[in-house]
Amino acid sequence: MIKSEREPLLSAKNIKLLSTPLNDENPITVQVLGICSALAVTVKLEPAVVMAVSVVAVMASANVIISLLRNTIPPRIRIIVELVVVASLVILVDQVLKAFLYDVSRQLSVFVGLIITNCIIMGRLEAFALSNKTWPSFLDGVGNAAGYGWILIVVAFFRELLGSGTIWGYPVMEKAGLFSIGYENNGFMILPPMALITVGIIIWVQRSRNRKLIESK
Amino acid sequence: MKQSNTYIFLYASAMVILVAAVLSVVSTVLKPYQELNVEIARKTDILKSVDKAQMLSEVRDRNSYIEGEYDKYIVDSYVINHLGARQEGIDAFGVNVRDELRKPHEQRNLPVFLARDEDGKENFIIPVHGRGLWGPIFGYVALDEDYNTISGVIFDHASETPGLGAEINTPAFESQFRGKKLFDDSGEFISVSVLKTGVPHVPDHSVDGISGGTITSKGVEEMLYEVLSSYENYFRNQKTDRDD
Repeated sequence: MIKSEREPLLSAKNIKLLSTPLNDENPITVQVLGICSALAVTVKLEPAVVMAVSVVAVMASANVIISLLRNTIPPRIRIIVELVVVASLVILVDQVLKAFLYDVSRQLSVFVGLIITNCIIMGRLEAFALSNKTWPSFLDGVGNAAGYGWILIVVAFFRELLGSGTIWGYPVMEKAGLFSIGYENNGFMILPPMALITVGIIIWVQRSRNRKLIESK
Repeated sequence: MKQSNTYIFLYASAMVILVAAVLSVVSTVLKPYQELNVEIARKTDILKSVDKAQMLSEVRDRNSYIEGEYDKYIVDSYVINHLGARQEGIDAFGVNVRDELRKPHEQRNLPVFLARDEDGKENFIIPVHGRGLWGPIFGYVALDEDYNTISGVIFDHASETPGLGAEINTPAFESQFRGKKLFDDSGEFISVSVLKTGVPHVPDHSVDGISGGTITSKGVEEMLYEVLSSYENYFRNQKTDRDD
């Protein structure tokens, strides 16, 4: 058997794995997955960013592990295997945060545990890692987690700015002198429904710029 | 590929044993670091309730800074019972307030930390523990030498909603408690209530709650009442001793 030529690490196909989830196949705005955590952690920017980083770590490692095991996993218990892998990784992340980044772990509290329930992770394991090689699976994991993460960060930016008048805890609105001319924080932005509406606005902007996402009737 | 049941059972068992081994090793290795973090965090909270450890964000070695400050300012700690009598042989720092609050009033061990600053001014620091909306809330209340005026508080929570209930650990909320009183003029214990904005306030005995965080705000109020009322006899005894 003639060995086929090795594919370069960042071939066009692999780059695509990384970039499509950011826009054309964004897990939140196009596939509408992971909405629940997008509502919960986007009140402030800092937890949203740490959440995004943690999801990248968990998703990339879970994709790699499942991809390495893909030929040994019995199909009948594959969901359980995936769940065990994801849950253990999340516990690892939580333990490491508690030991070395105690302040951040206190801020994130329950949300780290909630990564387990993030449907995007199980979705990618099922749809991609189970049937692809390790390196593409890694890229797919990073790409999808980043696609999830950037939406989270954008939503959190607007919710914190308009809801609390701060960015990363810094009182922007107060420093800009808006309160003295009668501006008030919109308390509604802090509540979960506004996260949904913000995501809706992002979807609207995205589809008006990227027409191929609009479904034909 | 279709696998036999034996394969599936073996696969599942091996996976579970492997994962359990990895997780328990990680947990054992990281435990000392985590416990140290918790201890340092508690000491930081105790110090912050009396406005110490101000340089925390500027120092590089936080742990030894906190240990140093703690040894310098927290000069004594002891445990009392519900009548206000000292209990010997119990380490105040080791008392778990949550467990004590589950016991009947008469059996509780109540820790007190005594802080003394450079001018000899003393504060009595009481650890508090209660329930928020999603999980426990806790903190430290520092009292002035009159056993009545609150000189500072530090609150924290395990899992309150960010931006809403979680705001109880912000200076904006905590600073409201400074100068509030536990006893009214006639000596009745009434603690401090956390009220919605717009509700008429009782001077010296109430602060503003958090909009959108009503249940957590009420949790703070109940926590203060529940814990501090256990110390009521102690405060009274100390006050009479001092007044005599």
